[in-house]
Amino acid sequence: MSIQDKILARAKELMADGTVTSVLGWKKGETYTDPSPAFFNSVEELERDFTFNHFCGQNLSRLLNGRKAEDGKVLMLCKPCDAFSLNQMLGQHRVERDAVYVLGIPSPTILDVDKLRAAGVKGIRGSRFARGGEVVLDTIYGERRLAGKDAVLEKCLACKTHQFPIYDEVLVKPKGEEHAEPENPYRFAGVEELESMTPDERFAFWQSQLKRCIRCNACRNACPVCSCVKCVFDNPGSEVAGKSNIDAFDDKLFHIIRAFHVAGRCTDCGECSRACPEGIPLHLLNRKFIKDINRIYGPFQAGASDDGVSPLTEYNTEDMEPGEAILKGSGS
Amino acid sequence: MSGCSCGTHTTASKDMLIPMLGVVTNIKQQTPDVQTYRVEAPGGGVVFPHLPGQCAMVSVPGVGEAMFSITSSPTNTEYMEFSVKRCGMLTDYLHQMDSGQEITVRGPYGNNFPVETELKGKDLLFVAGGIGLAPLRSVINYVRANRANYGTVDIVYGSRSAADLVYLDEIRNEWDGKDDVKVHLTIDREEEGWDGHVGFVPNYVKELEFPPTKTVLVCGPPIMIKFVLQALQEMGFAKTQVYTTLELRMKCGIGKCGRCNIGAKYVCRDGPVFRCDQLDEIPDEY
Amino acid sequence: MKKISTEKLPLLYAALNGDRQLWIPVQDGDRVEFGLWREGAAVSLAGKTLKSGKDFFFPQNEDFVSFHKDGKKITITEKKRPTEEFVVFGMRGCDLAGLEVLDLVFLAEPKDSFYEARREAGVIVTLACGTPDESCFCTAFGVNPAEPKGDVAAWLIGDSLYWKPTSEKGEKLTAELGSLLEDAGADGDKAVAEQQAAIAEILKQLPNTELELPKVGEAEFDAWFDSPNWAKMAESCLGCGTCTFVCPTCQCYDIQDRDTKDGIRRFRCWDSCMYSDFTLMAHGNIRNSQMQRFRQRFMHKLVYFPQNNDGKYSCVGCGRCVEKCPSSLNIVKVIKAMQNMEAMEGVGK
Repeated sequence: MSIQDKILARAKELMADGTVTSVLGWKKGETYTDPSPAFFNSVEELERDFTFNHFCGQNLSRLLNGRKAEDGKVLMLCKPCDAFSLNQMLGQHRVERDAVYVLGIPSPTILDVDKLRAAGVKGIRGSRFARGGEVVLDTIYGERRLAGKDAVLEKCLACKTHQFPIYDEVLVKPKGEEHAEPENPYRFAGVEELESMTPDERFAFWQSQLKRCIRCNACRNACPVCSCVKCVFDNPGSEVAGKSNIDAFDDKLFHIIRAFHVAGRCTDCGECSRACPEGIPLHLLNRKFIKDINRIYGPFQAGASDDGVSPLTEYNTEDMEPGEAILKGSGS
Repeated sequence: MSGCSCGTHTTASKDMLIPMLGVVTNIKQQTPDVQTYRVEAPGGGVVFPHLPGQCAMVSVPGVGEAMFSITSSPTNTEYMEFSVKRCGMLTDYLHQMDSGQEITVRGPYGNNFPVETELKGKDLLFVAGGIGLAPLRSVINYVRANRANYGTVDIVYGSRSAADLVYLDEIRNEWDGKDDVKVHLTIDREEEGWDGHVGFVPNYVKELEFPPTKTVLVCGPPIMIKFVLQALQEMGFAKTQVYTTLELRMKCGIGKCGRCNIGAKYVCRDGPVFRCDQLDEIPDEY
Repeated sequence: MKKISTEKLPLLYAALNGDRQLWIPVQDGDRVEFGLWREGAAVSLAGKTLKSGKDFFFPQNEDFVSFHKDGKKITITEKKRPTEEFVVFGMRGCDLAGLEVLDLVFLAEPKDSFYEARREAGVIVTLACGTPDESCFCTAFGVNPAEPKGDVAAWLIGDSLYWKPTSEKGEKLTAELGSLLEDAGADGDKAVAEQQAAIAEILKQLPNTELELPKVGEAEFDAWFDSPNWAKMAESCLGCGTCTFVCPTCQCYDIQDRDTKDGIRRFRCWDSCMYSDFTLMAHGNIRNSQMQRFRQRFMHKLVYFPQNNDGKYSCVGCGRCVEKCPSSLNIVKVIKAMQNMEAMEGVGK
């Protein structure tokens, strides 16, 4: 039985026995690479439209923002990384725990359509992983094979764990001990590369990346923890509201404020970079914060618990000043 | 082309988004939160001609720009007037400025009440609530200036309280009882010193038992318009006899920026004046 | 028909650049986007660009007037219209069709003089799509990707670029290039015809090229507007502006002021009907829910715009919303869902 069939079968059971009234999963798209998140309200809808493939990359947590138990219990088909987001949202009281039944599902390893297009792969009709991690794509222009790193979505290359910090049920028990997977060396490699640059080089890097920003707000609106009821950038009274970057600092202002605002709450789910239509590596900003927090305050993973406590949102009088912490080498 | 600040160049040479200069020559406090501004071109006279019901974009650069209906009558060629209720950043600024302040104006935008066609020769009934009298005032004064062209004129006007009635001096001294114009004032709740009618506008319209032969022009808060239209229908008025004017957020004024699009209509270009049967053709999003 | 060998393309680009600006698809990381041509630029002609090139005619930000305040006095300074000639190379049939939609908006009276000036100043060389993508559905909207419009149409076939001027501006540009282009003769027509036939075959294999488009008359209007499908489809809409900003036909804009040390800039910038503040006024909002905003965007493209423009849709099937929506919602899904209105409504009730 394929993973897709296993998920479908279990979702149908939970729907049929009344555990949940709807299912949040992925619906077949108009092309193979185009499945979209959807709420299914019946077994028939599930049977007709449900799909699960290498392009089901969206983090579904954000779609539960504001969900209450009284709206009916929803079955969330939850990849491990999405579970951290959900947990963080629970801690921030953005979702009611009783509103959601979490079915942990294994991540299918998401492919990046932009990388594929850049490699000249078009007309995709199917995908699979060959032995050794090579990606094989069936296209109307013939079969194409690519090395994993040239096809896999950034957030999957930087995968932090296959374990679930929250679940009601896990479909396939992941290998390994809970929260004890070896550190993925890729995860902070990009940040280290930036750290090794001179300030001027780093500035030039961000300048060239952020100048592409079109202020579409996809990063903000896809982010599970960027969920203020009224964003400062949408508030005409805030004096920073704006719909476009009209001078050279606007783009940086937007992204820097956003990165600071989610620091300590960002679970590193990678949605910002996935959602960005311009391919700006926004995750590097957040991951730099994560790396520094780990070093200054000791290892911390946002969303590992639902207590809502994080190094930068809680304060007690024993806390070291960051500068002091760096000097003492705390946590490193 | 560049550097133009004459404020009087012809529209043929310029883009409709570029405003002209206007000087505020008089400020009148109408009610606690409504002021009326007299605006003239720097060399005197109106900044541009208009027809009753049309609007203009008024702006204080750096503060904001918004659409206001031109409340003066086209028959007044000395100055234009805008009545503005204090409710946001731009209107806050306007309410604090002094006479002599320059502002920018562009327009005129939108269509107008059909004063020279459908309304001619008709018995007219104006129904307004609060600041909603502003666009109708332009028509009323146009009708008064061309009185022989129209039949009877009745004006039903109401507000929350007596203090919230705009143009009260003008209504009492120039409109009511003059040139066969009848004004029926009402306020929502009883108050000391008010011996006129008390009650909501839609109910008052019904109480006055107007014959359904009149042509009606309605403007006021959306909820008032809704109930007035209901009342008029109950009284036997056809939708084709009733005109109203819509207010939506606008930016360009020329049907391009998309903001005031409802159905196939752009309120800034195809409105703001609609005959009520025309409103049935667009989705109920106003 | 003229031609030039692909080896000599850098010479062509240099000549097109001349003393004006040449915008051309450039590979930058994983993305291909129009960039200013420079010697050695990583030109990529393999597929469509990230955005359609509408920004050259309707920029994301555009100052059009500035103000200086001195006490109660205001000085108004109108911006000069952009009149310097530029060339855009490599727009596709869909991109050009998108401009034709914008023309219907901005060149309708009263004309937008800034857009008009840019349209006059720009010379467009379009490129036929040799390898259309699965996101493409331009043919559904009457666009021929194998015979794009523009001032010059070009076909990249084997080791030649075939070049056909189709307007006065295109003829003038071609004449300027002189002997750089050689006559393609009958072979050119044959090569182009062969590629066009091959493209037609590929289009048959793409999933969305034969969409049945809606004809929404008065009779169907209420059923469309009130359809429960909108709520269903909008459930996973994040309310961002990505679809709007990558769309070649979206033209809504905002007007804003910014106070600078050197006076007040008034500019217009792209806006999105998907944004919650698009219709927000001091005393309320006519579209409070994302469903209403989602519905507005697609009703505008598929119903309202055709009502106002002799049946012409405000979509050209470029597929950028298909590629870029973070929730993979797009106009193809909307069209299909509305076709199956009854089938969908029967489910989940």
